[in-house]
Amino acid sequence: MSRIVGIDLGTTNSLIAYMDDGAPRVIPNPDGVTKVPSIVGMTDNGLIVGDPAKAHLTRDPARTIYSVKRFMGKGLADVSDELKYFPYTLHEKNGVIRIEIGEKTYSPPQVSAMILKELKRRAEEFLKEDISKAVITVPAYFNDSQRQATKDAGMIAGLEVLRIINEPTAAALAYGLQKKTQGIIAIYDLGGGTFDISILKLKDGIFEVLATNGDTHLGGDDFDQRLIDVVVQEITDTQGINVQEQPDLVQVIRMEAERAKVRLSEDTETTLVVELPNGKYEKTLTREAVESLVMDLVERTLAPCRSALKDAGLQAHQIDEVVLVGGSTRMPLVRSKVEELFGTQPHSELNPDEVVALGAAVQADILGGHNKEILLLDVTPLSLGIETMGGVMSALIRRNTTIPTSAKEMFTTYVDGQTSVDIHILQGERELVKDNRSLARFQLKMPPLPAGVPRVEVTFLIDANGILHVTARDIRTSEAQSVQVKPSHGLSDDEVEGMIRDSFKFAEEDIKTRQVIEARTEANAIIVATQKALTRASNLISDKEKSGIQRVMQQLGETQKGDDHRAIRAGIAEAEKETHHLAEVLMDATLKEALESKNVSEFVK
Amino acid sequence: MVQLTMPELSEDLFPMTTHHHHHHEAVAGSRELPMARSMCWHCQSEVTGEYLCGQCVKVQPLSKELDYFACFKIPRLLNIDEQQLEQTYHELSRTFHPDFYSTKDESEKTISLGNSAFLNSAYRTLKDPIQRVEYLIRLEAGAVKDIRSNPPADLFEEILELQEDMESFRNLSSDADSTEQANLRQKLQREREHLEARQAEMEKALRAKYHEWDTLQSQNADPGEARDQKNAVLRSMQEILSNRTYICNMVSELFETTG
Repeated sequence: MSRIVGIDLGTTNSLIAYMDDGAPRVIPNPDGVTKVPSIVGMTDNGLIVGDPAKAHLTRDPARTIYSVKRFMGKGLADVSDELKYFPYTLHEKNGVIRIEIGEKTYSPPQVSAMILKELKRRAEEFLKEDISKAVITVPAYFNDSQRQATKDAGMIAGLEVLRIINEPTAAALAYGLQKKTQGIIAIYDLGGGTFDISILKLKDGIFEVLATNGDTHLGGDDFDQRLIDVVVQEITDTQGINVQEQPDLVQVIRMEAERAKVRLSEDTETTLVVELPNGKYEKTLTREAVESLVMDLVERTLAPCRSALKDAGLQAHQIDEVVLVGGSTRMPLVRSKVEELFGTQPHSELNPDEVVALGAAVQADILGGHNKEILLLDVTPLSLGIETMGGVMSALIRRNTTIPTSAKEMFTTYVDGQTSVDIHILQGERELVKDNRSLARFQLKMPPLPAGVPRVEVTFLIDANGILHVTARDIRTSEAQSVQVKPSHGLSDDEVEGMIRDSFKFAEEDIKTRQVIEARTEANAIIVATQKALTRASNLISDKEKSGIQRVMQQLGETQKGDDHRAIRAGIAEAEKETHHLAEVLMDATLKEALESKNVSEFVK
Repeated sequence: MVQLTMPELSEDLFPMTTHHHHHHEAVAGSRELPMARSMCWHCQSEVTGEYLCGQCVKVQPLSKELDYFACFKIPRLLNIDEQQLEQTYHELSRTFHPDFYSTKDESEKTISLGNSAFLNSAYRTLKDPIQRVEYLIRLEAGAVKDIRSNPPADLFEEILELQEDMESFRNLSSDADSTEQANLRQKLQREREHLEARQAEMEKALRAKYHEWDTLQSQNADPGEARDQKNAVLRSMQEILSNRTYICNMVSELFETTG
């Protein structure tokens, strides 16, 4: 059985973790950095993902995609309020958002797949083996379409997604495993773009989720936006610059606002600086002032907490421990509000950025059959139902029902000879169809008989991923009927297939870009090192040799600007040959120096 | 998106819970063995283990006729040991949960999914005292026959009056004389407290019936006579339950109206 990794596919940052001898570990890059910014940049030379893409964001905002998680499983109408915050053009095809970059369009699962591939590559490099199986986390409050979109992203990235697991539950796994906790715990998870609250009962290795609630459109990004709005307004008013017309400036402000917010978790005062074409904009911010800017947003998290408590049949004081997850819980304001609500000091011993990925690795270990002690029993966050007469939703499976779970419904005809019945599947807590999420539609075939005689039983099953499966059976004949379900906001199987094929094309471009970037970096390093060496060795080599080296370096400098990594490599080889003698001379000189200094120091001793 | 088809998920392999009372085909009386088949679906040998084949250790589908009480190996009583129930739930979850079948073949995955879904419904139903008795009534009385579709006579007047008061309160809300609104709100809140008290009374009465039922179940009386007595208890529980439903609905409507 090949290794299964755990992935936290976040709104702002993503991480990948694995199980190392019984303990979950996050995989760092060679520099020891564990977080991969969930940002994808489309450059002329192909794709860049993560930190390089973050740098790209201020240079080329129109071709850099961030916070794509907010678009997963959504239609255009769902995000209309947020459109103004995104510098790229969005449109919709078959109920799914498409992001327009240049002449190409990308679905959100495709963009997420690019991030997943980067994580996969990182893990493969670190573990020195192929990775093809993963557990991916999603916000607990994600609906069916959003979960399916995440699964599609995994497929497009060449990963078999063995399980979609809820972020707060993953955090509970990591936390419970480390602390050996028993009792009732609440996980308060405030990330970059989403908020979740989950209440669990931990007993003898069973992690039973009692209730979950949340808001899939509330997170640190929204805090940043409040600050951005203030800064943009001030710059527009005082500097006579129309900031909104300069997307690159907006992105600079976005980054500075985020940094200032982060600093204010430690300091009580900070200065936000933005470089403008005609000077500098500076603003002193106190923690208090920023807290009052976002107070209502933080308070918005409390209502879902109360609902979750109610659904779990518990009072706030019955919660034994509260665990904080997600970068936004570093804010002192968030901590004090949580403490106020639950009447207990929240825990944050585990790194709130990493705990979700760690939990995903624990779940991967369970699925791999390596851990029989722990079992996670999760719930479906939203009620599932169907449309009935008068545009009303009739619930079949209530929210907070432990999954897997199933429900059956019998359907018949109203008119003699009617041959089909249309069924509309919904998710949500409201009474009217229009206020709930449309998941899918399908047509049930009926035998042409008098009204009321046909009887077709439909089974709605929610699996352990929180994803719905529909089957139908004619009661009279006992025959199974195939159901062609058309998702309201999802990619069709054909589309996913197409995107998998495209992703191989991207992969080729990807590798090319990577090779060019690597060769270029190496060439630059050689040029810099050679210049230094030439200064040091000015008296040690001939002028002829010197000018020869200068010429080769100049050529290399030209070649590395191009996109041909083979040419750059050839230039590097040429440079190495040309500087071989110089290196030897320098080595001898250094050796001599070292020996002399050693003698001196020994003499002194 | 919805996964298109799962052909293996057929009724022939395992049972699934019926959420909808009207379609429930209850099994009265007889005590089935937990397993539907005495032969393993995989290796065709006789199943000697309880849930797993003794020969090839494949998980076996739960019987179609299995009821929730039998699934938890407890008699059809209404006062049950909730801690024991939880413990059995945890044990069975460790046997059936899909997490432990992730590396197994498709058939086993499907069986584990079905068994798990059934187990979860069984636990959810039995854990809650109200759902437990509703389920028992369906099980013991066959299809639900005499559900009352009208509110009970003594509640009828009260409900009508309340509906009117709520209607006028809603109409006031927009542009209202605040004292009138406050008075009406107070009245509605009093009514709600009154109804909540009645609900508590009903639940107490129901609990007394639980005891009556359990006593009858444990006696070795003449089957015919016991059946009549049992049916009488079931009917009175059903009556309390349907009255309770009206009260519950009114209480939550009052909550929504007055905030």
